[in-house]
Amino acid sequence: MLKLDKKDTTLFLVVIAMTLLAPFIMNPFPTDSGLAQFNAGYPDLMQRFAIFGIFAIGFNILFGLTGYLSFGHAAFLGVGSYAAVWMFKLLSFNILPAIFLAVLVAAIFSLAIGFVCLRRSGIYFSILTLAFAQMSFAMAYSVLSNPSFNLTNGETGLQVYADDPQILKGSGPDATHLFGLEMRNTFTLDVGAWAFQFNLGFYICAMFLILAFYISLRIFRSPFGLILRAIKTNQTRLNFTGTNSRPYTLAAFVISGMYAGLAGGLMAAMDPLAGAERMQWTASGEVVLMTILGGAGTLLGPILGAGFIKYFENIFSKINDSVLQSWFSFMPDGLSDFFVSIVHPFVGKGWHLTLGLLFMLVVTFLPGGLVEGGQKIWSRLRNKDKDGGAKSTATTPAE
Amino acid sequence: MDAFILQILNGLDKGSAYALIALGLTLIFGTLGVVNFAHGALFMIGAFVAVTMQKVLNLSTELVDPTKKDFLGNPLMVKTPYVENWFGESAGQFIINWSVPLSILAAIPIMLAIGFIMERGLIRHFYKRPHADQILVTFGLAIVLQEIVKAFFGANPIQTPAPDALNGVVNMGAWLNMSLSYPLWRIVYFCFAAIIIFGVFAFLQFTTFGMVVRAGMADRETVGLLGINIDKRFTIMFAIAASVAGLAGVMYAPINPPNYHWGMDFLVLSFVVVVVGGMGSLPGAVLAGFLLGILESFASTTWATTTIPGINQIIIYLVAIIILLTRPRGLMGRKGVMEE
Repeated sequence: MLKLDKKDTTLFLVVIAMTLLAPFIMNPFPTDSGLAQFNAGYPDLMQRFAIFGIFAIGFNILFGLTGYLSFGHAAFLGVGSYAAVWMFKLLSFNILPAIFLAVLVAAIFSLAIGFVCLRRSGIYFSILTLAFAQMSFAMAYSVLSNPSFNLTNGETGLQVYADDPQILKGSGPDATHLFGLEMRNTFTLDVGAWAFQFNLGFYICAMFLILAFYISLRIFRSPFGLILRAIKTNQTRLNFTGTNSRPYTLAAFVISGMYAGLAGGLMAAMDPLAGAERMQWTASGEVVLMTILGGAGTLLGPILGAGFIKYFENIFSKINDSVLQSWFSFMPDGLSDFFVSIVHPFVGKGWHLTLGLLFMLVVTFLPGGLVEGGQKIWSRLRNKDKDGGAKSTATTPAE
Repeated sequence: MDAFILQILNGLDKGSAYALIALGLTLIFGTLGVVNFAHGALFMIGAFVAVTMQKVLNLSTELVDPTKKDFLGNPLMVKTPYVENWFGESAGQFIINWSVPLSILAAIPIMLAIGFIMERGLIRHFYKRPHADQILVTFGLAIVLQEIVKAFFGANPIQTPAPDALNGVVNMGAWLNMSLSYPLWRIVYFCFAAIIIFGVFAFLQFTTFGMVVRAGMADRETVGLLGINIDKRFTIMFAIAASVAGLAGVMYAPINPPNYHWGMDFLVLSFVVVVVGGMGSLPGAVLAGFLLGILESFASTTWATTTIPGINQIIIYLVAIIILLTRPRGLMGRKGVMEE
């Protein structure tokens, strides 16, 4: 099916099932139970899962396959967002032209930046992309928002105002929509104590995520993907065989830039806003974290990493002292206070501390990320239990 | 002419900070071959040593003074810092006032220890890993350090004033019959940076230890074969580089109230500085630091910002891109460093 071999088809089907059934999977706890705070099945968060999944898949095509570590990928995401919001301002709230322009603009932008940056490799490449991204950020923040030529609306962020032209709007809805179907439409299904939310915006993102995953799968399995991997393994030797690697790296850079643009466009489509902080280098750092944490160079890794980070970011920041107190309340008073004070710095506002520590641990001990960890556990289980050995792992690393 | 010299002076203090951070970065890179993304965080920690010092010196006893009343008519609580109790009032106030320069004394051992722990505990395990892994793990460390500081000191900038004696404005142009008023502390900062830079160079150039380190930078293997424990010396160099960054941070605290994301802010710039100067070249890092600092200050003049709006925001990156593309090794980069 779809020119995939059997194993890849299984993997692809698993991803499709996981994405489409996300409202169920993310919502395992009944609504009014104490564990409901661990539910992630609400539209806003699920949309972010899908969007950052796309972003990380795209980043992985560049970093996971070619080994070029870009520290400026958020610039393309930001550019995509701005392009999409401009489409909303000028045409209408229909998301299709917005997403199309977002991808197109990100492609052009990444072609220009990639053409310059890819003349160098290694650390120099990282610094060059970082410099370009910071430059874009600074320009979006200040220069491009002067009264005579207001492209980005500076600190406030670009948004749609009532007096914007919106020439195609007519009698269309006043929120982002796809031919009249509003993104915020949510259908809630009550099953017993559970409330499952099906949000149109999420399903749009999910369709794009599935498409993005399929394309990345095909790239991984293609001769083009092989050349990209050869670049990572030994670029000098590849050059000796008479292959000019520059067009390939540039293609990978532009593809991953387009993925970032798509993610940015979707972000704007879910919430018609675009701010410069999306382009800051810490935002680029975040996608690096996601990809590495999940497993760079693997197909599933980036999605897992994006989901993992976004999930825990949301859940951890909700855990405050009173929640902690209720967890440790079974202990004697002094002991529970002690544990609360130990855990306190790592949750709530301290989520980044946990993330940083976790990231360091992963880079040090598990360079293949969560996917490698999963495979290790799986193979250990399989050695113990020979009967289950016939099944294959759902994840396929690149190397 | 006045304005011209003033812009150069303005550039010098920022340039000194860039030069000091970049010097440490290059030192680490030249010796250990590690790309340290946590170096900005060390600079930030240095600044927070000054903040802590100020807080510690201001620790006070509270006594109720029955003879005075506050505005509500209650007995007044009088706070007396411990140092005033111990050394007498005037000496105590003098010590509190000079907390920033005094924190240098505290910062040196603290930063040496942090550098030592960092190298032995973490970075040592990454020598044989690819540069990308080194970048990633130190990036993680930078996040951790920054969040720890945030947990202790909060997210807001903390005022750390310079001593009153060094806080004024001086007329730099008096002997040239020009009027150039300039904050005294920035001149102090520049002199301090110059002393540290000369100190580092002298240490490398005129001591046996420095000679061995330079030999190790040139050919680590041969030095090892001669029976010298080069790793140990490189660890010490790492600690020294960390304390250079820390001292730069301590003294920078009065110029700009420190906050927890200083590290990240300065890191990007100082990497750009290192790359412009040439990876692994110490004089290059210093030169590029001052050059970019001065360029930035010229780009911030009204004339420049009206001609090309926003130039002050992007000048450094623009210069970095141009230099990297035209002179791939940077201004003073050596051949064969970081070239695949």
